[in-house]
Amino acid sequence: MEREFTSASFNEFLGEKKLMASKCIKCGALYLPPRPLCIKCFGTEMEWVEMKGKGKLAAFTTIAIAPTLMLEEGYGRDNPYCTGVVELEEGPKISARILGVDAKKPEEIKIGTPLAVDFVERGEGEGKRTFLAFKA
Amino acid sequence: MIKKSRKLGRGVAIVGAGVCKFGTLKGRSSRDLFVEAFNEMRASVDKGLEIKDIEALYVGNFSSDFFEGQGHIAPIMADWVGLVPRPATRVEGACASGGVALREGIIAIASGLYDMVLVGGVEKMTDLPTERVTDTLGGASDVLYEVPAGFTFPGLYAAIATAHMNKYGTKVEHFMKVAIKNHNNGALNPKAQFNSTIKDVMASRVKKAQERGQPVPTWENEMGFLKDDRANPVVAWPMRLFDCSPITDGAACLLLVAEDMAKNFTDTPIYIIGVGQASDVALHDKEDLSCIGAAKEAARQAYDMAGVGPEDIQIAEVHDCFTIAEIVATEDLGFFKPGEGAKAVEDGVTARDGAKPINTSGGLKSKGHPVGASGVAQTVEVWHQMRGEAGPRQVPGMDIKLALTHNVGATGGTCVVHIYERR
Repeated sequence: MEREFTSASFNEFLGEKKLMASKCIKCGALYLPPRPLCIKCFGTEMEWVEMKGKGKLAAFTTIAIAPTLMLEEGYGRDNPYCTGVVELEEGPKISARILGVDAKKPEEIKIGTPLAVDFVERGEGEGKRTFLAFKA
Repeated sequence: MIKKSRKLGRGVAIVGAGVCKFGTLKGRSSRDLFVEAFNEMRASVDKGLEIKDIEALYVGNFSSDFFEGQGHIAPIMADWVGLVPRPATRVEGACASGGVALREGIIAIASGLYDMVLVGGVEKMTDLPTERVTDTLGGASDVLYEVPAGFTFPGLYAAIATAHMNKYGTKVEHFMKVAIKNHNNGALNPKAQFNSTIKDVMASRVKKAQERGQPVPTWENEMGFLKDDRANPVVAWPMRLFDCSPITDGAACLLLVAEDMAKNFTDTPIYIIGVGQASDVALHDKEDLSCIGAAKEAARQAYDMAGVGPEDIQIAEVHDCFTIAEIVATEDLGFFKPGEGAKAVEDGVTARDGAKPINTSGGLKSKGHPVGASGVAQTVEVWHQMRGEAGPRQVPGMDIKLALTHNVGATGGTCVVHIYERR
């Protein structure tokens, strides 16, 4: 059976190292994050499509004052991290962590940098979670 | 999209306005702040007000639930100013909660349901430690997709800033100039959280170092101070500490009446002639990351209703939750062409004595940003300016007949624009 077009399914796919979008069967519109209702033709029939995982950096920041989630991973004032918006080859854009850049030298990070999908695994067992990332 | 022209069912005017002192107000809860703003509003009604005549309350508040552990605050605010059993409604639109509450109050009078409405906004933010405030504000973004990527609020606006820099060549110095300008204005506003210029801040840092016997820092000028990583650390590059509005406790109140009653309360009511509100997608779904679509659409509605254009607006309070946000706002509102907002700041066009003064109150940056109150407090500022009652920060040499406020929730998920007229 097809998985539901929810964020839970999206995250489950990330755990399987797949970046999955939903595609409207009626009009072909592509949605990342996935959605169950097409907001172009209002069709309700969707299918899962795997993204190639290639894209480019559309906007970014390096964060020094981190939220709880990232503080717990050891990021913060002395260890900033880069996050951004990635435009995929297929068209959609998505928020993701950006790896392979020096977050301490933000002036050197360039919009348009080619990126490839990556997956950040945190926690173990029941608490294990996979986060979407892209690597320069 | 439907682009039918809309008019209010009947006119609405502001006849009273007040704010409490903004800042870190220890030992005072949202209801105490609200009462202070209410009392100032009451005193501002030139010909007096019978509180019993107020028929309803709309109050903007983002998250008293998380900030204070208190949900359901509308009836409490109503009770604390003696309005029970009048209907009291809390309105939430993230940092645009206050602007949305104002719009709901306007609609309620325009519909004919009420003749007199109290509009308020309140947020008590400083009881929580900073990280939990960051988390709570993060709740206004897309928690399923933006938060796991590590985005914070400053981070989201920082991303808009990088897109703007990339597309238009905007520099970090432009952001810093917004901060200097808004601190200059805030220094003239006794209600502001940061009632000081950047130069004042520099002087106090020097003094503190001398008192503590520490090495005394030296900076060539304000820009030198703002570029100093120690004095002005990066929060989310390119946004530094002085690019970000602070965490603030505050409240604001407005008294709205049907237009035909306005002169019973004052000889100089401020009429609301344009109203617009729009929504937008999460940041990553925006076609253009360097602007806020909801602001353009809300402005279009408001200009259309008012029958005026951006060139007619004399002063504006815009949502400068971050310095980049002010630059983007002045472009979205049509004051300047896309990409030219930065130059306008640099040329002093948006300064208090410039051709288009922006954020004479000090803006959210310097006045403070109690999120649910901000949209209402913006209107309080234009009320003072339009009536010539802004004291030392009164815009010099300008007879202000048309003003605008622009209030944004999150990265533009919600935007509200209001246009005001003094006849």
